Amino acid sequence: MDAVLRIFRGDAQGGQFQDYTVPLHEGMVVLDAIHHVQAHAASDLACRWNCKAGRCGSCSAEVDGKPKLMCMTRMDEFQPSEPITVAPLKAFPVIKDLVCDVSWNYEVNKRIPPFHPKPPEPDGTWRMQQEDIDRVQEFRKCIECFLCQDVCHVLRDHEKKDSFAGPRFFVRVASLEMHPLDVASRTAYLEEQGGIGLCNITKCCTEVCPESIRITDNAIIPLKERVVDDFYDPVRLAWRWLTRRDRAP
Amino acid sequence: MDRFETYRYDVLVVGAGGAGLRAAIEAAAQGASVGLICKSLLGKAHTVMAEGGVAAALANTDGRDSWQVHFRDTMRGGKMLNDWRMAELLAREAPARVVELEGWGALFDRTPDGRILQRNFGGHQYPRLAHVGDRTGLEMIRTLQDKTVHSPGIDVYMECTVARLLKDDGRISGALAYRRETGRFVVFRTKAVVLATGGIGRAYKINSNSWEYTGDGHALAYDAGADLIGMEFVQFHPTGMVWPLSVRGILVTEGVRGEGGVLKNSQGERFMFRYIPEMFRADFADTEDEADRWVAEVIAGRTATVRRPPELLTRDVVARAIAQEVREGRGSPHGGAFLDIASRRKPEEIRKKLPSMYQQFYELADVDITRQPMEVGPTTHYMMGGVRVDAETQAATVPGLFAAGEVAGGLHGANRLGGNSLSDLLVFGRRAGLGAAAYAKAYAGDLQVDAREIEAIAAELLAPFDHVGGENPYAVHDGLQDMMGTYVGIARSESDLRTALSELERLRARAARVGVEGHRQYNPGWHVAVDLRHLLTVSEAVTRAALERRESRGAHMRVDYPDSEPAFATVNVVVRRRGDAMTVDQEPIPPLPDALRRIVEGKD
Amino acid sequence: MMVVSGELRRPRFGATERRDAWWVAPLLQGLVLASLIAYANWAAFQGTNYHVGGYLSPLYSPLITVDWLPVPPSFIILLPPVLFRATCYYYRKAYYRSYFLDPPACAVAEIRGTSYRGETAFPFVLQNLHRYLFFITFLYLPFLWSDVVHATNFGGSFGIGVGTLIILLNTSALTLYSFSCHSARHLIGGNLDCFSCSAFNRARHAAWSRASVLNERHMLFAWLSFFTVCGADLYVRLVASGAIVDPRLL
Repeated sequence: MDAVLRIFRGDAQGGQFQDYTVPLHEGMVVLDAIHHVQAHAASDLACRWNCKAGRCGSCSAEVDGKPKLMCMTRMDEFQPSEPITVAPLKAFPVIKDLVCDVSWNYEVNKRIPPFHPKPPEPDGTWRMQQEDIDRVQEFRKCIECFLCQDVCHVLRDHEKKDSFAGPRFFVRVASLEMHPLDVASRTAYLEEQGGIGLCNITKCCTEVCPESIRITDNAIIPLKERVVDDFYDPVRLAWRWLTRRDRAP
Repeated sequence: MDRFETYRYDVLVVGAGGAGLRAAIEAAAQGASVGLICKSLLGKAHTVMAEGGVAAALANTDGRDSWQVHFRDTMRGGKMLNDWRMAELLAREAPARVVELEGWGALFDRTPDGRILQRNFGGHQYPRLAHVGDRTGLEMIRTLQDKTVHSPGIDVYMECTVARLLKDDGRISGALAYRRETGRFVVFRTKAVVLATGGIGRAYKINSNSWEYTGDGHALAYDAGADLIGMEFVQFHPTGMVWPLSVRGILVTEGVRGEGGVLKNSQGERFMFRYIPEMFRADFADTEDEADRWVAEVIAGRTATVRRPPELLTRDVVARAIAQEVREGRGSPHGGAFLDIASRRKPEEIRKKLPSMYQQFYELADVDITRQPMEVGPTTHYMMGGVRVDAETQAATVPGLFAAGEVAGGLHGANRLGGNSLSDLLVFGRRAGLGAAAYAKAYAGDLQVDAREIEAIAAELLAPFDHVGGENPYAVHDGLQDMMGTYVGIARSESDLRTALSELERLRARAARVGVEGHRQYNPGWHVAVDLRHLLTVSEAVTRAALERRESRGAHMRVDYPDSEPAFATVNVVVRRRGDAMTVDQEPIPPLPDALRRIVEGKD
Repeated sequence: MMVVSGELRRPRFGATERRDAWWVAPLLQGLVLASLIAYANWAAFQGTNYHVGGYLSPLYSPLITVDWLPVPPSFIILLPPVLFRATCYYYRKAYYRSYFLDPPACAVAEIRGTSYRGETAFPFVLQNLHRYLFFITFLYLPFLWSDVVHATNFGGSFGIGVGTLIILLNTSALTLYSFSCHSARHLIGGNLDCFSCSAFNRARHAAWSRASVLNERHMLFAWLSFFTVCGADLYVRLVASGAIVDPRLL
């Protein structure tokens, strides 16, 4: 049996969707179909991929309009009678075909205040309990596929790239903020540069996360609450003013 | 040459997996200016796929462990062909490198008293692998990536591929690369190059590697005149997925067996008991009862008092055993063995300890590993052989060239133990960074790159655009993969290897006629065409080295020489370029010093 | 071949390649939420039939019996719970999607523009005070539980009717909704970086773990409790007006 892939072909100047027919086999994923097209019909069809096992987060695309990892999207999820649309991520500029320019994300990462550990024990190592790191290990599962960044309407529709870090980097900040060894504070970063207030917690990031990280509930909202602690809670603000204390270090 | 984008660095690191990142961090810390080249985006290198853990004798989980035991395990696992000084450095330095990662933010799973938890793995006598569930590699690469991003002095070039190294009077002086995004060439002028390009898995059809692993570093070093050693030793990981076709080769972590998973054939027999080699007989359980007690003790967090299950034998042994079961008609429906953890551990424990495996099988193969066995079979996984380096500095035999990680040879001998590659990246990535920075600082001369040479290479790289209607690069690559699997696979023979050499000639001729469509901007067909040159070089090196080693040892199995031969026990097979010809020599390995010999023999 | 050129980058409102009925969920959610709000407003405005025997409508609890107010007392009573819900992290998602279409659904184009301020400007910046509304509504819980006790009082003797169970269900749902609150979870223990560092922190970790389990179901409790509040009011109202008779179970 065959399926039809309707793939975006083009670059920054524009392009069009083009149909390709690929034979189906058991267990086939969309990335297999793309590879088939490359090998047989369009050797210059651009797409990113690496591990093909949902572990590296390279093959992000929009399949029938939904942000997905192509290597983890089975062809048998779709109606064989209908063409399957495969388009590049829309929140980022297209370079060519399914490849887009995600370099902005790497720039955002550079601006996040880095990990700053407390001094180690006398033997040069650190002690941490599993219960202290369980929460952070969820965030460390992130494979940087940037599907959450793609689907986030603040970046996708409102184009706030200059003032908003996006869900991926809130997850990263959460992994640092809640790290039991870290002594730095990133609430000022979140409030002033990260733009966490622009997030209106509509949860699309959580819906598309291939690692099932509960981005909104476990990372963004707890960070919003920490920002409230330091910037909005009137009682705390009054207390700090009375005691002439600055924000938590 | 002015028409090419040009950059200057003290140290150019090629490859941004664990070894490349660690080398870049160290070189920058020494004050060198560093260019770091990634073939993909930063953080996507194959290190993310490492699942089981990083081997380091921290002795947190079992106090009897020490660097000596780690050294002994590594040497015995490598069938004594290892560069013993590298194995010693690995065992001694790995614990400090792992703890250092914690200081950079890594979060390994914990013991009840808050230290780094360690798990059992094939070939390691004690629980030794620091891990994070089954995504240790991701944790490491993210930690190193963030350290890199915040290390001043490192410029990162993403989606950039090095096509050729440049030399000036016998020394490394630069590299010619192209950017995938634009197809434009970039010239890097540098005093030192650290190769950290990983392996050669894409030379085989069934493999656990991504498209990047085309032996670039091996071929770049070879072309630059460096020695390659141990190229006959290609590790076939015993447990890759075998079904469905689209996931064939994807790795199933050894951690499944470390957590108590067992291998069975189609008759329900735990066949590994029949495959325990003489050398390891004293260390492995010979009854299911004893093996099960070991698992029960280890899971309960107690120190094991009985011998370990034979499923935890080294990878070469397990891979051959599965291949033999399949050959003798006791394979699973799709030509593998059954790996069963469902009947050994509780579903919630499996999901906690092996989350990625659970997800991988559930989503890609419709198998729930908490209820059903997995079907697994050997998959090309790792290259033990590589650039011959000095153990202390990782310097190759060409001045200014360094190599670390999978692309470097020697450390793992004839077979690598699981978990040793991640410690390899850290220990020798750092040493390569130190070595390259020191070399660059010490060398005051003015190095030139030859403009005409660059123009000539550029023209050669662009040739496929002129071959309208030429060979399809994907088809040639496919042909190479099929050929290598058939003739230079897990079981080899003189006649097969000779066939492979003549097939390689035909493939080389086809590769010369490869044509691509479209333009230079992000053109995967062209990228495959460029990579073919490297794949053909390493495939030939593997074939010639395999032909030279007329014995079976570790990962190298010759059906026409099924036993290990004393004459080959102390020699490396060295591949190097003389003119345009690939030559193969046997060279003796320096003898093991007495102190280390006593450790290996278990007397210390 | 379909030519899209610039359209891929700058789609009009509602544009998407999604093939599923993405508009059903926000539409349905918006309609149900609007119905519940409308009913609650109507019921709160009635000022009658909210009390019968031991049963008290939750929309009127705690019961204030002053007659000099210009509006029914329920409006004063309901203000904190209404604001608690209005600033709730779950309901925010629901109404931003259904009513503000910001976004209408994931990967569906909305009205574009750079004037978007999210929760950084008035009035939405006030969402940051959600924790205080949690504190205030938390004080309602003892009254709501005492309503359950009162609902077992049938003219001085103990009993259980269908209304008792409905009021019990409602109070339970409201309690679960309160304790699954994101702000509560933060204050209970989420604001700690080291759970194991002291005995007090370990106790807070235990509480936080339980709050986290509830928090995963915050959406469920948000809907359930809204239905039970309206349902309990309706039941009391029907019994009080004599439209139905409360079946006595015990």
